[in-house]
Amino acid sequence: MSAPAQNRIIFKHIDEPDYTNDLACYLKHGGYEVMKRSFQRQPQELIDEVKKSGLRGRGGAGFPCGVKWGLVDRKSGKPIYLIVNADESEPGTFKDRYIMYQDPHQLIEGTIISCFANNVKQAYIYIRGEMAEGARILEKAIAEARAANFVGPNILGSNYSCEIFVHRGAGAYICGEETGLIESLEGKRANPRIKPPYFPAVLGLYQCPTIVNNVETLCHVKYIAEHGGEAFTKIGTPNNTGTRIFCVSGHVQRPGYYEFPAGTITMGQLLYDVCGGPLPGRTFKAVIPGGSSAKVMRFGERYKGKRKVGADMVDYDWGVEDVPMDFDSLAMVGTMGGSGGVIVMDDSVNMVEALANINAFYSHESCGQCTPCREGSLWMKKISTRMVHGDARPGDAALLKSVADQIPGRTICAFGEACSWPTQSFYLKFKDEFETYHETKKAPKPADATVLV
Amino acid sequence: MNLKPETFQRIDEVITHYPVKRSATLPLLHLVQEDAGYISDEAIDWVAKKLELEPINVLEVVTFYPMFKRKPIGRRHIKVCRTLSCALVGGYKTCETFEKEFNTHAGPTEVSPDGEVTVEFVECLASCGTAPVVLIDETLHEKVDCAKAKQLSDQIKAEAAARK
Amino acid sequence: MIQPAKPELVTVNIDGKEIAVPKGTNVIEAARMVNVDVPHYCYHPKLAVVGNCRMCLIEMGMPAVDPATKAPVMDPATGKQKINWIPRPQIGCGTNVSPGLHVKTTSPMVKDAREGVMEFLLINHPLDCPICDQAGECKLQEQATGYGRGYSRFIEQKNVKPKRTQLGPRVTLDDERCVLCSRCIRFSRDIAGEDVLGFVDRGSYSTLTCHPDRKLDHNYSLNTVDICPVGALTSTDFRFKMRVWFLKQTNTIDTESSVGANTVAWSREGVIYRITPRQNDDVNDTWMADSGRLLYKQVAAADRLSTKDALDALVVKAGELLAAGSVAIVGSGRSSVEEQFLTKKLAAALKASVSLVSRTAQGDKLLISADRNPNVRGALVTGLISALPSAQLAGLAADIDAGKVKTVVSIGEDLTAAGLTAAQLAKVSVVYLGTHANATSAAAKVVIPTLTVFEKAGTFVNQQFRIQKFAKAVPGLAGAHDDLVVLAKLVATTGGAIASDLATLWPVIAAEVPVLSTMLYKNIPDTGLLLDSTAWAGLPFVEGETLHYKPAAAA
Repeated sequence: MSAPAQNRIIFKHIDEPDYTNDLACYLKHGGYEVMKRSFQRQPQELIDEVKKSGLRGRGGAGFPCGVKWGLVDRKSGKPIYLIVNADESEPGTFKDRYIMYQDPHQLIEGTIISCFANNVKQAYIYIRGEMAEGARILEKAIAEARAANFVGPNILGSNYSCEIFVHRGAGAYICGEETGLIESLEGKRANPRIKPPYFPAVLGLYQCPTIVNNVETLCHVKYIAEHGGEAFTKIGTPNNTGTRIFCVSGHVQRPGYYEFPAGTITMGQLLYDVCGGPLPGRTFKAVIPGGSSAKVMRFGERYKGKRKVGADMVDYDWGVEDVPMDFDSLAMVGTMGGSGGVIVMDDSVNMVEALANINAFYSHESCGQCTPCREGSLWMKKISTRMVHGDARPGDAALLKSVADQIPGRTICAFGEACSWPTQSFYLKFKDEFETYHETKKAPKPADATVLV
Repeated sequence: MNLKPETFQRIDEVITHYPVKRSATLPLLHLVQEDAGYISDEAIDWVAKKLELEPINVLEVVTFYPMFKRKPIGRRHIKVCRTLSCALVGGYKTCETFEKEFNTHAGPTEVSPDGEVTVEFVECLASCGTAPVVLIDETLHEKVDCAKAKQLSDQIKAEAAARK
Repeated sequence: MIQPAKPELVTVNIDGKEIAVPKGTNVIEAARMVNVDVPHYCYHPKLAVVGNCRMCLIEMGMPAVDPATKAPVMDPATGKQKINWIPRPQIGCGTNVSPGLHVKTTSPMVKDAREGVMEFLLINHPLDCPICDQAGECKLQEQATGYGRGYSRFIEQKNVKPKRTQLGPRVTLDDERCVLCSRCIRFSRDIAGEDVLGFVDRGSYSTLTCHPDRKLDHNYSLNTVDICPVGALTSTDFRFKMRVWFLKQTNTIDTESSVGANTVAWSREGVIYRITPRQNDDVNDTWMADSGRLLYKQVAAADRLSTKDALDALVVKAGELLAAGSVAIVGSGRSSVEEQFLTKKLAAALKASVSLVSRTAQGDKLLISADRNPNVRGALVTGLISALPSAQLAGLAADIDAGKVKTVVSIGEDLTAAGLTAAQLAKVSVVYLGTHANATSAAAKVVIPTLTVFEKAGTFVNQQFRIQKFAKAVPGLAGAHDDLVVLAKLVATTGGAIASDLATLWPVIAAEVPVLSTMLYKNIPDTGLLLDSTAWAGLPFVEGETLHYKPAAAA
């Protein structure tokens, strides 16, 4: 069965000819009407709609947005902050960039609606430092919105005020972690905080209750505010509601962004039908479904078990191509939906080298605060790099895996899992390749072989 | 501290965005680097004084974030993404092309012999669908294979010649 | 008297042992109370919790309750309430006790976690043990032995970082040994109030640094050496001098000021090598000032007084001067309580006036108070004086000028530094009991060399009116004599008799000094005992607020 059609809700106007990122264009397309109508409603009503919608965070963790908003401490008397996590740095992910560069007002409208719902008077957009142009675009858009009284004091005479400032990062992936982001926003090294006690909903920015939401998530809030939580549940599949923006990269014919209702498209449909299948003469070998932190899937492996469909428990027997692209199905087969960054590798790729590339990324980005991640990520990188460029020994692959096993569950933040899951899963899924690498690497490589590390 | 008047203005303005002065550390460092090209020891002390911090507080931040440079680098800054998606479609060859074109090596403080260019590997620039991706100063260039890398290099060289 | 509120107690179960601990206790401290060791690096009871070393990971669980009815869920196997064990280990330092909390510190999960963290800490750690001062008191050595795997699997290149950096005048830094626990940063910033340390760079290349334009030179810099769990921060003075396992530890008191910080003198074969603080949560927590640590150097200083004359011969000479009458005694706020008691006996026997020399300077609000005498209150308690000492020896100077004084007995005080002119000094005969040479000892008729605080035992009363013991760390210098022995012999020249050893002397003191009655020297705990200070409540003490002291509200 071929893939369903895309449902371009968030990405409705991305790369649309004649659509520009200025306020006039946005207003022409009905912009800020949802915000105006939202101001007529009770903030709690909006929170309830988001809860009803089942919207799950689009930054990578997939945590239900309504639950997150529900955890905010509203009794402390301290101001509540909202931070837009625009630090898009998960390898393989490239969706928030398009929203911010081409449709920034959608983000601003979604942010103001979310701020209004949560009694937030001050929001910050934390955008990664490398997106200097994006920061300028956002600042210009906010200035336009402020001039039109959509942002700032007493918005449209509603008595509700909300200010948004853009804050640029400076090259640290760990600023995507919500407490690392908060530390960075406070002007310090982006060291994530221990939880308990520093849950952002209680002790966040400046030790005040804080909501940190991904760019795409806030755009979905705008949709929910417009159409209601129940309408949102009609898109996608149970517990995996709304659309997801999949970012496909690597060895496919047509890499790029694709917006589909969650769970209505399988991996095979996405990669073959939508993205045109592998490059000429090649076959798919491996795919990482949710950003490089997600565990890798090997083409040819099978996933069997029972899963809930409606009220029944139904058998499933899937190949990689059959797995529906939603949080729960991917979690069920031992990986995760994550940020939606789908990285595809074909049979030209040596998995040991691919892992070395990923390990180098994580060791570079580790903040260095806690022992297992700090030392473990660099050790894994040193082993991987030595295996590829130096002396690979028969026991190295097992050692790599053993080092990786000592990290997850023992760290301050999820970076521990992020840096170790690739090594664990690459080794487990491609054990044959890893265990024989010290021999196979001796064979001469073709001159045009792609260097991965 | 030798900066342009408008930089000082923007610095004073951005400090007002935050209830706690320390939050303005990153914005100030960006403004200083955009103006002066790098963050000097003097700049670190100046930012610390401006925000009522200890100098070590600013030094800790400057060295944590790779975008901040402690020494002047090439006039043009070429950042090539090295993370998996770009590497899979030839990112390393792209970098090699730039290195050859400007007779330099990739490195965060390496400067080409003519002082024009610093080529550096960076981590995922969030445009993996159009890999290989290169950031030259603040402009993102997509689908930069070796041929396009050569084109971009020629452009940089032409702009350098035009300046002389 | 109002009883302090009883702390609310919470019952927890650690490795099967039940214990009730005060609310707010963390798991590491709770475990300590049942003699269970939870290894750790970054946690310190007096510093903020950061939870970054991950060594204190333990297995935790809470009793299971039905979410709807809140009724306990029972485990059919044990007949007890089921415990929901959390699948991931949790840090002990960051977890405060809650009712029913169960902790396992010996499960396979915990053993594995500890072995993992130990291995990670050691992979970039240099093999410096043979040349590292920390050996023998190094947390890394201890915990590697106790909880590590015992072998290394690391064959890559270790990170190279600066070694032998002089962080300040007294502290040496070796960055390769640093485990990035951040104790030193937290101490310097939060306790000493000088934010000069921080980490530069990122990840495993993070490096402890002092900002290049500053130094770690505040008067509490050496505390970072005490709390550094490894040999990254070491004392420059102590560097390469002695292996710690050869050193004997003796409890003593810092004599810099009336704070009376509790300390330890470390010595071997009669030589002191260093001084470190001793924990007293009511006086100095776990800290002391750098300046107090240097005081051990006075023991072997070049200007130390000693004599070849027999003590009895010197006592006879002194006795002749005393017998001539018109004696004035200058006692000392640096003398121990016992010495001040004997001084009082001498003064009474000679009908001599008694002055004390005051020493005041600005306090640092931390562990150095405005009163730089450690034991003025001992003089008050023993009755040696009844008012606080004045700035200069004005009274004595007047008496000398009026011709009322023939002999001055000075107990370790330089009279010209304390306000007498050379002319006044020339008018009297001086009997000098002291440790180091000065203008007064040079002018004295009789000099009887005595012992430093490290060479004798006794007690001091600090600013809180807490009596604290100090013990003899090293034998007295040859040719110097115990102050108590000397004073007792001087008393004997007047026809009196008084004991000079602490065991015999103390019952006498207890009988005659009201606030010390019923006290036995050997029963005074190591952390001291608060005395009833109401008798001196109205006196204008000079001390301002320090770590554990608040001056009485102005009347």
